[in-house]
Amino acid sequence: MISLESSLELKRLQGSKLLVPYITGGLDDEWTDVLRAVVDAGADAVEIGVPFSDPMIDGPTVQEASQRSLDRGTTPLSVFSELRGIDLGVPTAVMTYYNVVHHAGPKRFAGWMVDAGVSGVILPDLCFEESDPWRSVADALRLETVQLVAPSTAEDRAKKLCDASKGFVYAVGVMGTTGERANVQESALEIAKRLKSLSEKTILVGIGVSNPEQASAVSEFADGVVVGSALVRRLLEGQGPKGAYGFVSELRSALDG
Amino acid sequence: MNTLMGQPHNGRFGEFGGRFVPESLFRACEEVESFFEKFWADDDFVEEYRQILSEYAGRPTPLTHAKRLSSQLGVEVFLKREDLTHTGSHKINNVIGQALLTVKMGKSRIIAETGAGQHGVATATAAALFGLECKVYMGEVDVKRQALNVFRMQLLGAEVIPVSSGSKTLKDAVNEAMRAWVSELDTTHYCIGSVMGPHPYPYMVREFQRVIGEEASDQFRSQHGGSPDFVLACVGGGSNAAGTFAGFVDSTAKLIGVEPEGGAAIGKGAPGVVHGMRSNLLQDEFGQVEEAKSISAGLDYPGVGPEHSYLASIGRASYRAVSDDEVLEAVVMLSRLEGIVPALEPAHAVAYLAREAGKEIPKGSKVVLTMSGRGDKDAEVVASMIGARLGER
Repeated sequence: MISLESSLELKRLQGSKLLVPYITGGLDDEWTDVLRAVVDAGADAVEIGVPFSDPMIDGPTVQEASQRSLDRGTTPLSVFSELRGIDLGVPTAVMTYYNVVHHAGPKRFAGWMVDAGVSGVILPDLCFEESDPWRSVADALRLETVQLVAPSTAEDRAKKLCDASKGFVYAVGVMGTTGERANVQESALEIAKRLKSLSEKTILVGIGVSNPEQASAVSEFADGVVVGSALVRRLLEGQGPKGAYGFVSELRSALDG
Repeated sequence: MNTLMGQPHNGRFGEFGGRFVPESLFRACEEVESFFEKFWADDDFVEEYRQILSEYAGRPTPLTHAKRLSSQLGVEVFLKREDLTHTGSHKINNVIGQALLTVKMGKSRIIAETGAGQHGVATATAAALFGLECKVYMGEVDVKRQALNVFRMQLLGAEVIPVSSGSKTLKDAVNEAMRAWVSELDTTHYCIGSVMGPHPYPYMVREFQRVIGEEASDQFRSQHGGSPDFVLACVGGGSNAAGTFAGFVDSTAKLIGVEPEGGAAIGKGAPGVVHGMRSNLLQDEFGQVEEAKSISAGLDYPGVGPEHSYLASIGRASYRAVSDDEVLEAVVMLSRLEGIVPALEPAHAVAYLAREAGKEIPKGSKVVLTMSGRGDKDAEVVASMIGARLGER
């Protein structure tokens, strides 16, 4: 298992801006090929969604992908079992909602992650104050629980969340759900600046980063970006591994440019 | 320790409740909590709230001794008549409180989710009363089966937004309202309609509904003396039951919540986390939330308020389920024996009583049952299920 934190930090210290694409696990027959394609195109880590029936913080694109995946019979076990045989060469994190972990039980879920070689986890509805049962298990197994910080998060709380975050800090760029936006929001730049001044950790901005120009603009201040809906939409449209490779390559060039 | 029906510590009812929200919503929940705590302790606010309930919403509602029903069942039944409030259900108690709070918070808009449409109509009503903009999120399936309530909301000036994600019912309307709330926090209060959601909602909504139980308890004592033997209320999210139980939890009365068979979160669910709370939830082997299936749109919810999970876990309240068929029979029975056409929701409590009178509810027991809403909204559904049969009688 490659540590998300040290792997991203190393690249950051070498002067690289970081790129973490998001893919809904089990979306179609080709989803693991898409994983390889985005890594080939220059992803520094990959975020893999384990679909949930009630994705509260996701917009229409990820909702549709989650539903499509669930309709194909995707379960946490099927996602983890497909990941088990794959060596991507970059660390992975799963993103899911807390009930999926809660229902399996923290120990069992953590075991699935370890077996599948997944380093990190993002649980957007697991408020930090509620997270002890999960984090005590995850920390002991060196699984990295990424904390999210939002534009609405107060200063002292933002500091606390950054300190507690493992892997990287997920800076929520927009007060809203996941989804593409026409323009970079001021809030995305603001939160990147704010968190960089608060913390030494790797700060990645996600939610509302939709294209190469936006990725590049946000990375002026942040250490890099998470790009979800813009990629997932291409997959829903049937662009497959080839389309994913092309899009992630464009993002990569913009960040390296 | 959590006080029984008192103020929960950190939003917890035993191991239930809590605040499982995305970080973007954390501050908003804290804000609602601090405003509510401030104003609920403020005599002027409470007086203003009580006065609106009395002068506008028709409180106090009577406690009606249902004599013909009592003699047929062999138990003494007293109906707490929330069906007689303005807008025709107990939902008004909560929305008046939250709309007043919205004004005090300096916000100009209010959003709500609705299942049957009762909470949506109540919210639209309160919004009109206080001059607030109002949007109501409603599952597409419910928009179709509750067309009358959709029109009522529109007539009251609210915008009804059909929700087409997931199962297209109440749980998806909650998701969509939460999503909308995140991007509108500065101007908008999310008026949750039941004792569910992240802290402080389960606590706050129960406080706004406790007027049901406090009135009923006083009325019973002054009309008949002492406490009833049983207190019955239907449970979907569980707000009328929580409000009713709040008035009797310290008494000797046995508390029974009645769930629909197809949405029995306490009877058939397991602890889970959704919509910001940890509570009992209908879910599959991997924690995916299952759809509730009930004839009553208002009880068509796969979860339940955390306080009910807590009351069940400590044995202070018990929860039973009834079938759609039993509910339809209860609608007819109460209509014909008492001249009260109940909403499908409280008809669940009536159905349980009709089935268990002389069994779980011994002969001669005194029973307070909350008639949480009137049945006009369900006329079409009931007619389509049993209308032809009624015509033949």
